[in-house]
Amino acid sequence: MAELPMIHLTIDNKKVEVPKGTTILQAARKVNIDIPTLCYLKEINAIGDCRMCITEVEGRKGFATSCIQQVEEDMVVHTHSPAVIEARKMILDLILSNHHRDCLTCEKNGNCELQALAVKFNVQGVRYEGTKNEHKVDDKSPAIVRDFNKCILCRRCVSACKKVQKIGAIDAVNRGFASCVSTVGDNSLNDVNCTFCGQCIQACPTGALHEKDSTEIVWENLRDPETFVVVQTAPAVRVALGEEFGMPIGTNVAGKMVTALKRLGFDKVFDTNTGADFTIMEEATEFVKRFKENDNLPMMTSCCPAWVKYIEMNYPEYLPHLSSCKSPHEMFGAVLKTYYATKQKINPEKIFVVSVMPCIAKKFERQREEMKDNGVYDVDAVITTRELARMIKQANIEFVELEDEGFDNPMGEATGAGAIFGVTGGVMEAALRTASELITKKPLEKINFEEVRGQKGIKRATIKIGEKEVKIVVASGLGNAEKIMEEIKKGKADYQFVEIMACPGGCIMGGGEPIKSSKIRETIDVAKKRSEAMYTIDEKSKVRLSHKNPVLQKIYKEYLGEPGGKLAHELLHTHYQKREKYSF
Amino acid sequence: MKTLEEIEAIRTKKRKELDIRVNSNVGSKEKHILVCHGTGCTSSKSPEIINTFRKIIKEKQIKNVRVIQTGCFGLCSKGPIVIIRPEDTFYAMVTPEDCKEIVEKHIIEGKIVEHLLCKDIDGSKVQNLDSLTFYKKQKRIALKNCGVIDPENIDEYIAFDGYKALEKVLLHMTPDEVIETIEKSGLRGRGGAGFPTGKKWELTRRATGKQKYVVCNADEGDPGAFMDRSILEGDPHSVLEAMIIAGYAICANQGYIYVRAEYPIAVERFKIAIEQARKYGLLGKNIFGTDFDFDVDVRLGAGAFVCGEETALLESIEGKRGQPRVKPPYPANQGLWFKPTLINNVETFANVTRIILNGADWYSSIGTENSKGTKVFALGGNVVNIGLVEVPMGTTLREIVYDIGGGIPNNRDFKAAQTGGPSGGCIPKEHLDTPIDYESLKQIGSMMGSGGLIVMDDTKCMVNLAKFYLSFTVDESCGKCTPCRIGTKRMLELLEKITQGEAELEDLEKLEELAVNIPKTAICGLGQSAPNPVLSTLKYFREEYLEHIKYKQCRTGECKALAKIQIDPGKCKGCGMCKRNCPVNAISGEPGKVHTIDESVCIGCGTCIAVCPFHAIN
Amino acid sequence: MPEKKEQSCSCMEQKLKKEVKKILEVYTQEKDNLIPILNDIQVKYGYIPQIAQKEISEYLKIPMAEIYGVITFYSRFTLKPKGKYAISVCLGTACFVKGSEKIMERLKGRLKIKEGETTPDGKFSIDSTRCVGACGIAPVFTINGEVYGRATVKKLDEVLDKLEKGEM
Repeated sequence: MAELPMIHLTIDNKKVEVPKGTTILQAARKVNIDIPTLCYLKEINAIGDCRMCITEVEGRKGFATSCIQQVEEDMVVHTHSPAVIEARKMILDLILSNHHRDCLTCEKNGNCELQALAVKFNVQGVRYEGTKNEHKVDDKSPAIVRDFNKCILCRRCVSACKKVQKIGAIDAVNRGFASCVSTVGDNSLNDVNCTFCGQCIQACPTGALHEKDSTEIVWENLRDPETFVVVQTAPAVRVALGEEFGMPIGTNVAGKMVTALKRLGFDKVFDTNTGADFTIMEEATEFVKRFKENDNLPMMTSCCPAWVKYIEMNYPEYLPHLSSCKSPHEMFGAVLKTYYATKQKINPEKIFVVSVMPCIAKKFERQREEMKDNGVYDVDAVITTRELARMIKQANIEFVELEDEGFDNPMGEATGAGAIFGVTGGVMEAALRTASELITKKPLEKINFEEVRGQKGIKRATIKIGEKEVKIVVASGLGNAEKIMEEIKKGKADYQFVEIMACPGGCIMGGGEPIKSSKIRETIDVAKKRSEAMYTIDEKSKVRLSHKNPVLQKIYKEYLGEPGGKLAHELLHTHYQKREKYSF
Repeated sequence: MKTLEEIEAIRTKKRKELDIRVNSNVGSKEKHILVCHGTGCTSSKSPEIINTFRKIIKEKQIKNVRVIQTGCFGLCSKGPIVIIRPEDTFYAMVTPEDCKEIVEKHIIEGKIVEHLLCKDIDGSKVQNLDSLTFYKKQKRIALKNCGVIDPENIDEYIAFDGYKALEKVLLHMTPDEVIETIEKSGLRGRGGAGFPTGKKWELTRRATGKQKYVVCNADEGDPGAFMDRSILEGDPHSVLEAMIIAGYAICANQGYIYVRAEYPIAVERFKIAIEQARKYGLLGKNIFGTDFDFDVDVRLGAGAFVCGEETALLESIEGKRGQPRVKPPYPANQGLWFKPTLINNVETFANVTRIILNGADWYSSIGTENSKGTKVFALGGNVVNIGLVEVPMGTTLREIVYDIGGGIPNNRDFKAAQTGGPSGGCIPKEHLDTPIDYESLKQIGSMMGSGGLIVMDDTKCMVNLAKFYLSFTVDESCGKCTPCRIGTKRMLELLEKITQGEAELEDLEKLEELAVNIPKTAICGLGQSAPNPVLSTLKYFREEYLEHIKYKQCRTGECKALAKIQIDPGKCKGCGMCKRNCPVNAISGEPGKVHTIDESVCIGCGTCIAVCPFHAIN
Repeated sequence: MPEKKEQSCSCMEQKLKKEVKKILEVYTQEKDNLIPILNDIQVKYGYIPQIAQKEISEYLKIPMAEIYGVITFYSRFTLKPKGKYAISVCLGTACFVKGSEKIMERLKGRLKIKEGETTPDGKFSIDSTRCVGACGIAPVFTINGEVYGRATVKKLDEVLDKLEKGEM
């Protein structure tokens, strides 16, 4: 790639040199000059709607929109001239005049970009009061709540949904003051083509979009002495939870998390990474069989519930290609309510399984009819990383000060392969590790599969397993999933194994993870930091291959029988259904 | 496909045949009955008139008489209009019932039907179009063919030098020469902002990219303006020809015209024009045997004022919500599907062929120093002659309102004229003598706009008018940027407060703050100019705002919450006009005696004020 | 017999789907055909039925929310059928100056509905337009496209009286 020519300009009397094509906003942030924004979100939304980022450029009539305006040679920019500040104040006032302003009871209190600006601009009252738009809150779906009374029409969610995920469940509707972000016919998200990936929530600067709260039901069960409350935590939770308590992005807080969960009163604290090991056992076995028999290839991973809902709605003809494996926490739930319950002599109906997930769609997955065994759900409640943080805060636990504790045994032991499930390429890598040994019957020479690592949206590779070659592809983000599916549909690709995660970057960037402001997303590579923490966990693990997990080996031997066997199939596998995109 | 020679042959033959349309002294046996088939006259049954004429002529087996549907003649308030050529007799407000009389008396007996002649401003009956004061100060360039030719007949267009400019351009000029001619002519965009057209062409030509587009903006959204529609209805080929020329100049081979679907006649005529041009090989591959290809497609607008804004229009053509893009980048570099795109409005294009044929010097000799040529206005409101007028730049407002428009009806006084529609401003009496051009209008707080010119008499409340425009903007705001979406709404609410008599002086301050800051921060022209009606009325009619706020009074009675409609006993003659016209029977009184209004019944509709011959009701 | 009703309902749906598909066939599957297609459907049905939106969504591969966003953006497109008599008052400036606001007020007051609404009996609906181009005979209102010029509140009342009595 040819190097871009450098442009020289002055921002607030500071000389700046940036490559051609850089925007004023990017150039300013590069030299630590902050320009307030609301609608801007790096690589997702730069449409210049909110008008907060306006700046003055000498010799130009009118303000420049700094999130769009590219730098020009010898440009002189003033980011906070009196005229700019006055105009921004008006903009902010106008936004607030059409906002509910019930900050104290808002779920984004303390992490709201609008609130932060109100503080910055020392807003003491709203000058241009007037009528407000009133919207009904949509809480019909099991996963996402939309409260558009708090929407500021930045359209970051629309871009995340339409441009990144290529779903378009929500869009700008109506015109003028009545404009809002909505679904077709203002139906509930529950009844449209939403996959519940939750990327809209991640994009929202205010409290207009959030997960459906499940903490109440968890508290309720924790209070009930009759119920045996078990919690399991997904791989991606531990590398992000600390952020909610001010810890640096990418800190592994597994130990503190376990301690906190025990303090909250959970009877047992288990690790979903073990569930991931189950998934690999089953999925690798399934793959090896299908690969040998050339049965419904490419096989596609099925642990991402948003992806599963996506393919059910958009490519139902490819459902036989999905691995029949349940996702890790569901497998784990099933094992808990059967094997573990029998062993501990607890009535499965008295066990309440809580999954702490980085994910919004897991809330939907949990209540699918297919996720029941013997009439009881495998998992009873799903809370997100953020909800867990809220519970810890409510319990007044000083998280940062906590000692480390370990997961409960016997189900708390997991491998490094299970640990990397939360990052794009992780499932593929874990599966390849096991599949290789299953096929070659020899120990792996190299455990790391660098080909599937990294934050690229699509990663293609041909992996040599023994004498055979396996063509694989790893995609994250549903927009990329669409590309892969179209390739396959049009016969332009002959993959044998496909890993899809709905959230760009994988579960570590899931809809349920801590929300980072636009400015942080601009300046820090959050996905990279969180994923590095994950790979570190893997590197430090004693066992790094799922099938070598002694806990698993024991359970298969004592209870499940063969991987892919009859009982394993009953408990750990599932099936899928074609779904209408729009059900109204 | 027609060759150059064949087209020239059509031109010569047809021109001879149509001489009677423009030359009243031809001794021709033939007669042409021209009936306006523009939207205005169509609304008052001109299609029925055309049919009736045709039926009668057939029945009576009259030879050598043709009934032609034409575009707008301009004097819409006198419609439906019928003109008989070659003698150029101008009949106004014709009904289908009048057709028989016209045929029998005029066509057969050769006598003028006196009672259908048009009354001029001074009350005298005028026989032909050219003697009407309405037309005297006009100069028709863009409207040259409107009302002369049958817009659905390409041969008639060709007869009046149609496609001659294209021929000249393709065979004898380089693209640079074309652009230079347009640049030298001084033509500026007629859509409102007045950007130099030649420069726009030049920028698009210089933009990098193989695929380029020409777009004609026919999304005339200004309420009360219908210049562009009339051109499309009356002379669609002139616009089409200019688009092809523009395509040649900027090296594009695809054009789009974006027309409001609410303009069915214009759409239909333009589609016919495209078909005819394709048939003749004037559109398509290898036009006039050169290696230049060009084609045009029609795209329909669906009722969004903001789509008149060029980037919103592009979004709309692409099938999206018509939400403007942040500029720069400008369409000349990144337009339709992010390819370099030239966008001009209808009237701008309508000038192009005349400039090519008559030369840049001819064009630049018309108008003022910085605004060349003519401007078409849709003159409306409280003025005697309502219709389309085309005047040289530099004509004063007074000339338009009084000489062409015939002044204010009902013995009322002129209060203000509004130009530029919702983006423009009000011009008060003291500026009546301002010569109209881009700069002078801006200087007095208004703008040229696309050409709406609404005259208001002294019964109009300026605060209410500002409110009207703001409610329009609020309705039409796309909702994309904060200042326009919420800011204009707040301005409207403040204006509502004022007209309800609930405002305090601080509200006026807020209104002014918003009016100053919204233009600086809004994304597009719609938002940026939305406060103009408020700013200009505040500038010239501030005392009216203060009356509403301080004394809770509206001097015109238009603000109903503040108005009590009362009959002035000193002026009332008891004629009973008000009583008869009151829709809710709120007025009582004996004939010849002072009448009274029952306030509990009155709905404040103002009908009585309008009908009172003695101005006794306020 | 509710079953039968349902059947006829889905029958109607099938018919509608077929008709919409016919309209769609004329167009290529390019996204920029969305507005012309919506226009055709609006003209044919007087509104844009939800089934049609679904069909368009599948044909052009545009999410329904986006189509809905386009429909609700342009005032020409409506989601509900208009009344038997669709009355539209011009609120363009020329008509406004000549008092069209009062005609609108009267109309709303008499029919007891707001702009954009249809009377419960489906007989009347009210809309406003911006300039129908008949400024010469302002103020104007239109009923099913037919223009009534030089309108007054009284004239409106007379027309409405006739329509209510079914004389027109």
